[in-house]
Amino acid sequence: MSEAFVHFIQAEQALRSSRRLQTTLFTMLFFGALIGAVIVGEVRIDTFIEGLPSFFNYISATLPEIHSSTFLTDIKEWYWGLGRWLWMLLDTITIAFLATIIGSISAFILCFPASHNLMRNPFIYHIARRSMEIFRAVPEIVYALIFVFSFGLGPFPGVLAIAIHSTGSLGKLFSEVNENIDHQPLEGIRASGGNWFQVIRYGVIPQVLPNILSYTLLRFEINIRAASVVGFVGAGGIGQELMFVIRQFIYVDISAIVLLIMIMVTIIDMTCEKLRHYAIGKEALF
Amino acid sequence: MLRLDNIVKNFGGTRAVNNVSISIPNGQMVGIIGRSGAGKSTLLRLINRLLDPCEGQIEFENSKITALKGRSLLQWRARCAMIFQQFNLVGRLNVLTNVLLGRLAYHRTLPTLIKHFSKTEKAMAIHALERLDMASTAFQRADTLSGGQQQRVAIGRALMQDPKMILADEPIASLDPHNARKVMEALRCLNQENGITVLCNLHHLESARMYCDRVIGMFKGSIAFDGTPADLTPAKVCDIYGSDEHDEELEEAFGSTFNLDVSSLDREKSFAAA
Ligand SMILES: Nc1ncnc2c1ncn2[C@@H]1O[C@H](COP(=O)(O)OP(=O)(O)OP(=O)(O)O)[C@@H](O)[C@H]1O
Ligand SMILES: [Mg+2]
Repeated sequence: MSEAFVHFIQAEQALRSSRRLQTTLFTMLFFGALIGAVIVGEVRIDTFIEGLPSFFNYISATLPEIHSSTFLTDIKEWYWGLGRWLWMLLDTITIAFLATIIGSISAFILCFPASHNLMRNPFIYHIARRSMEIFRAVPEIVYALIFVFSFGLGPFPGVLAIAIHSTGSLGKLFSEVNENIDHQPLEGIRASGGNWFQVIRYGVIPQVLPNILSYTLLRFEINIRAASVVGFVGAGGIGQELMFVIRQFIYVDISAIVLLIMIMVTIIDMTCEKLRHYAIGKEALF
Repeated sequence: MLRLDNIVKNFGGTRAVNNVSISIPNGQMVGIIGRSGAGKSTLLRLINRLLDPCEGQIEFENSKITALKGRSLLQWRARCAMIFQQFNLVGRLNVLTNVLLGRLAYHRTLPTLIKHFSKTEKAMAIHALERLDMASTAFQRADTLSGGQQQRVAIGRALMQDPKMILADEPIASLDPHNARKVMEALRCLNQENGITVLCNLHHLESARMYCDRVIGMFKGSIAFDGTPADLTPAKVCDIYGSDEHDEELEEAFGSTFNLDVSSLDREKSFAAA
């Protein structure tokens, strides 16, 4: 055996044992964290098993009685408020839609100063970064609660709450996209006398636009769910109605509304996924 | 006339450009040669002010380039167009738009952001593309073109800048011989027909000899040679590229047809040693 080969074997073994040490360390850390979480979260199997029957009882209590002989009339009775609920669903979709538009536009404006490869001025960079962090650190429902207190019940506080949270989350994703671009086109534009805005407009945006569109559509899917939930604190849409029927123990209405929400979310998820694939494969629109 | 006066550029501890002073009269075509890391690219970037020198002055027609700021700096960059080894086009935009980007410095910001260029500028762009034999690709995405075609689009963009000077950083290093010739001929043609000064970093001595009026050799950041291609004797080449004997870089610089020269150079050196 040559000397170089012996060295190689030794180096490889050293590398492997250091890897093994790392893996063991991480495994221990992971299980430690898991056990800690179970204790703090009061996760208990016996409570779970004890509670399981009442969970199923609740679910079955919300289900309507449907007989095959009177199938149509039963369904009609179950969905007695279909027209009303559809309008509320539309409200929810509108809340999500507006919030996504407002959120993605403000994220788009903030993401360029928040990309360290594009913004050389550390002051502006940190302001943009930190503001996005604050926007996404607070959950939508908390913003919604605050805005319902200050602006009153209805969809407006819901839109505002979701828009702010989206700005923070999308802004972070957008600036990560910006940080992974190819810099040669930017240099070409800078060398021919383009200023910062022109470099962004022609060097960065054509490269990042497909990803930005894709993330925005994904956010719309998430915001549809968020818009259903902010209604719980009075911020409009189907959620407000769902909270009402839960509080009033109008059992069958609960299942009717939840099923409607599930159908809406599925349809929108599927449509957005199609659009996303289309956006990524497309040439520059700009 | 472009004048560089004792230009120094350091990157951390390394000195990339060391006390360079040169004057270049308008309309000259200058080849800059030297081994990898000699500071050729840095020198061009300093002239275009993509980089700022640590010491020294750059003057052009008696105005101080090193003192420019803001809008006048951007306009200077437009007047000395750069060509890059990797073309530096925006791949997802079409050829025409890429060429029009050469006009950015001549507009207020807002109209350019909505891609507003005048009819005259579009006509200029088509004319430039025609001149470079690229008009048929005007609406193709830039990243669908071959390297040689992309480089010619980049030259088109440079032309739109209405440049006094073109700084080309190894414009043919990633092209095959046929395309390399087309690109060098295009640069030479702009130099002779439009009177544009051309500074061109080159890897191959052969192309410097063939196309340039003047050759500048750099070695470790300093000027090691400055003269006509005819002055460039094997001994001088040896100075520029250092003097290791079996040096791949040296042989590569000469190109395959010059291998004979390299061996005669070795002989010359051994004579000198003896
Ligand atoms: N942005 C930078 N940061 C740090 N060092 C740099 C930078 N640019 C260049 N250098 C260093 O400066 C020196 C000169 O580099 P330069 O790119 O000008 O050489 P070159 O002659 O163009 O070489 P090549 O033929 O490989 O392109 C090198 O040592 C390089 O490592
Ligand atoms: Mg270089």
